Order: sequence, then structure tokens, then C-alpha cells
Amino acid sequence: MVTRRVLLLSCLATPALAQDRFITLASTTSTEQSGLFGHILPLFTRATGIAVRVVALGTGQALDVGRRGDADVLLVHDRAAEDRFVEGGFGGPRRQVMYNDFVLIGPGADPAGIAMTRDVGEALRRIAGARAPFVSRGDRSGTHAAELRLWQEAGVDPVAGRGQWYREVGQGMGPALNTAAAQDAYLLSDRGTWLAFRNRQGLKVLVEGDARLLNQYGVIPVSPQRHPHVKAAEAASFVEWLIGPEGQAAIAGYRIGGEPLFFPNATDG
Amino acid sequence: MGDLGSAVLAAIALIRDGDPAMLGILGLSLRVSLTALGIAALVGLPLGALLAVARFPGRHALVIGLNALMGLPPVVAGLLIYLLLSRSGPLGRFGLLFTPTAMVIAQAALIAPILAALSRGVLEALWEEYADQLRSFGAGPWRAVPTLLWDGRFALLTVLLAGFGRAAAEVGAVMVVGGNIEGFTRTMTTAIALETSKGDLPLALALGLVLMAIVLGVNMLAQALREAAGRGGA
Repeated sequence: MVTRRVLLLSCLATPALAQDRFITLASTTSTEQSGLFGHILPLFTRATGIAVRVVALGTGQALDVGRRGDADVLLVHDRAAEDRFVEGGFGGPRRQVMYNDFVLIGPGADPAGIAMTRDVGEALRRIAGARAPFVSRGDRSGTHAAELRLWQEAGVDPVAGRGQWYREVGQGMGPALNTAAAQDAYLLSDRGTWLAFRNRQGLKVLVEGDARLLNQYGVIPVSPQRHPHVKAAEAASFVEWLIGPEGQAAIAGYRIGGEPLFFPNATDG
Repeated sequence: MGDLGSAVLAAIALIRDGDPAMLGILGLSLRVSLTALGIAALVGLPLGALLAVARFPGRHALVIGLNALMGLPPVVAGLLIYLLLSRSGPLGRFGLLFTPTAMVIAQAALIAPILAALSRGVLEALWEEYADQLRSFGAGPWRAVPTLLWDGRFALLTVLLAGFGRAAAEVGAVMVVGGNIEGFTRTMTTAIALETSKGDLPLALALGLVLMAIVLGVNMLAQALREAAGRGGA
């Protein structure tokens, strides 16, 4: 009790101190650009006095930043790559945090006629069959990994259309959406970034709701054994908060136009 | 109203309202670019002057190398500094990656060759005029460097402005080594890249207009300084 009061007083006396406690979070463009962090991180900082510095990258690059020890904790969405990261001893344990879903987006005119189907595999086969322009992230991100997995499950090798109808932009979700909007192309997007995206031109959600479109996010603290300088205690309180009731409620509370963007599911894991 | 029109209106609103988030970003941009310019000038200008006056083996190659480095892509400069400053890199223990200091280092590395190469060109012409005069006073190349820098100061101001322009405009290096962290390493250019990513093109362009207005202001200030000094000196 006394210590708590002392802590409180010292916080009041030197508000700058609160800012001195920070962690670096390497995460994905989808969580940053959808506005989720802007909503939940101030709540975490208020609760714990720990500021969070977010570096938003593709999942592949975020994991690489973690591997190099340049971040304290990661929030990413590529289960296979996350497991490899943990198995490699770079961090862990991985905890699941929340999910949203991917949506297949395309021009309202829908030249490949995919809006009729709810089967994402069938939709991709129609796009490839019609050789309709498709924009791929091409950047080793979580969304890119999901897209490649979906093509594989659909039994189509899009690389055959590289440079023609299959266009790998090698950029984040936003730039890929901008490219698709300009070229009337199809693409796979996470729903959060799509909902927050402004420059839609004629793009629409055409296929959604297929179980294979689930987009699961996981949180992984970087290993202090591998990188002794990481802020393990602060990273642990971030993980605890995020998968605890407060963090989960904060995630559920983030909506755009009444629509929730992410669905907390830490307790399922 | 089109995107361009709404961008202009948004830019005016940003300046008029003095949006605190934007002012913070703008302040960081100026602080980083001006600090980088100062450091780069301390290295680049004397080096340029020395190359203008001294003759030594390998000078020619050095001049060509510096000229080539003017075309160094910012993202490559950023990547090199990233690998140096990363925790797994040689300077990792200082924990400088994703800080404003890292951005200053990257921009300084980017523009020092520009300042050296451009000032070499400017001062070489000056040196041709002065060489005999300075030599008659018995001044060797080393002694001539400060004199040359001082006498060429107005021409060098343009060189500095070119370096500042490059630093303030680049996004590749600061994005890679700074990480575009909100409230900490977000600069005008990385904010513009972010808003473009979010598809908010009018806001991105509005931020671009604000940045251009600031760069214009810095140039006008430099010009005014030069004119005032010119009158004072005459």
C-alpha cells in the first residue's frame, strides 16, 4: 500500500518518468493502419505507465526485427512463421490474442464473376481462369502467406501469371489496396485495413465468410536469453494485459462505423 | 471538389489550427534534418575544400566516388545504418535503432557526400581565382581551407540548402532506421507515406504541402540572411 502510494506520488511528481518506461512492439501494418493500436495502446499505457513504441511492418519483417533483438515483443499473424520463430528459440511462448478475417476484394464490375460464390478456392480459380488482374502483397507478410496458402489449397499456381494478371507489389496492405483500386484488380485484404481504407474507388468485398479466411493474431515476447537487453518484465506485462480481460475488452471495443474490426479470443487458446 | 482542392484546404486547416500532433511531427522533421545537416557540414565542407585545393594520389578517385555517392538511394543508406545499429549489429549495444538519433546518423551519412561533392565543385572554381594570391602569402593547401570556406560562404549556403532539401525530403532512410513510431520517430515524410498507405490521399498531400511550405520558408530565411550579410559586408 505504502509502496503503491510512493509510486503514485513519484509518477505525479515526474510525469516524464512514465515516458521513460517503454517497450518496442514490432507489429503488422494491418493492426497499425486499421487504427487498433491508436485505440488500445493508450489504455495499456494508462494502466501500467509503460509507453509502447510501435514499428509497423509486414509479419515476416516484424519477426526478423524480433530475431535481431530490435523489439521487445511482437504481435503478428502468420502461425507457421510464428511457430518457427518460437522453435528457433528467439522468443515465446506464443499466445493467441484475437482474430479477424480476410476478405476477397475486387472491382464492382467483377469480371471473373466471383461474387456468386462463398468458396474462396472457387473464387481464386475463377480469377485465374479469367486471367483477371490480381494484386498480391508479395512482401512475406502474414497476409501474403495467407494468400499463397489459399492459392495452393485452390490448386492454382498464380506465379504462372506473374507480370501479366498476377501482380506482386512487394508493399504493405494500404499500397496494395491503392494499386488494386487504380487497376480494377482483385486482392486479398484483412478486413481491418479494408474498413479503415479511404481510397476505395470501385472496389467492393466480393467473397467473405469462408472458414479458410480466418486471420489469427498471436503475441510473442522476444527471448531475454537470446537478447539480454530486451525489457522482459515490461513485455510480459504487455502480454498479460493484452490477453487479460482489460486488453480483450479494449480490442472488442474498437469499432469503425459500428463494425468491430478484431475479435478477442485469447481465452480459447 | 477534387482531391487536389481538398488537399489544399486540408493543408491550410493544418497550418491554421496548429494541430499539435502535426506540429510535433514537423518539429521532429526539422530537428532531425537540421542536426544531420550540421553534422554533415562539419565533415563534408572541410572535405570538399580540401579536395578543391590539395593534390594527392587517389584524389581523382575520391572525387568520383563522392559524386557517385550523391546518388546513394536513401533506402540503401538507411539499410546500412540499420544493420550497423541493430542489436545484432556492431553498434547494437547502444540501442540506437528506432530512435531520432538513428535518423540523424542516417541522414548525415546520406548528405555528407553531397555537401563534400558540391562544395568541392564550388570551391575549386574559387581556388583557381585565389590560388596565386594565397600561395604568394605562403599559404599551403591546409592553411587555405578555412580561408576558402569563409570566402565561399555565400556559395556554400546554396550547397547547404541542397543538403537540407535532400534530408527533409527523403523518406527511405528515416523509415527504415526510425520505424515511423508515432510520437517518437514519425517525421513529415514517413507520415505522408503512412497516410498514402491508408488511402487518405488528400491528407497525405496536405502534409506534403505543409512540408514544402516549411522548406520554402527555410530557403527564404537563408536568402534573407545572405542579403543582409551582403549589405553588411559592402
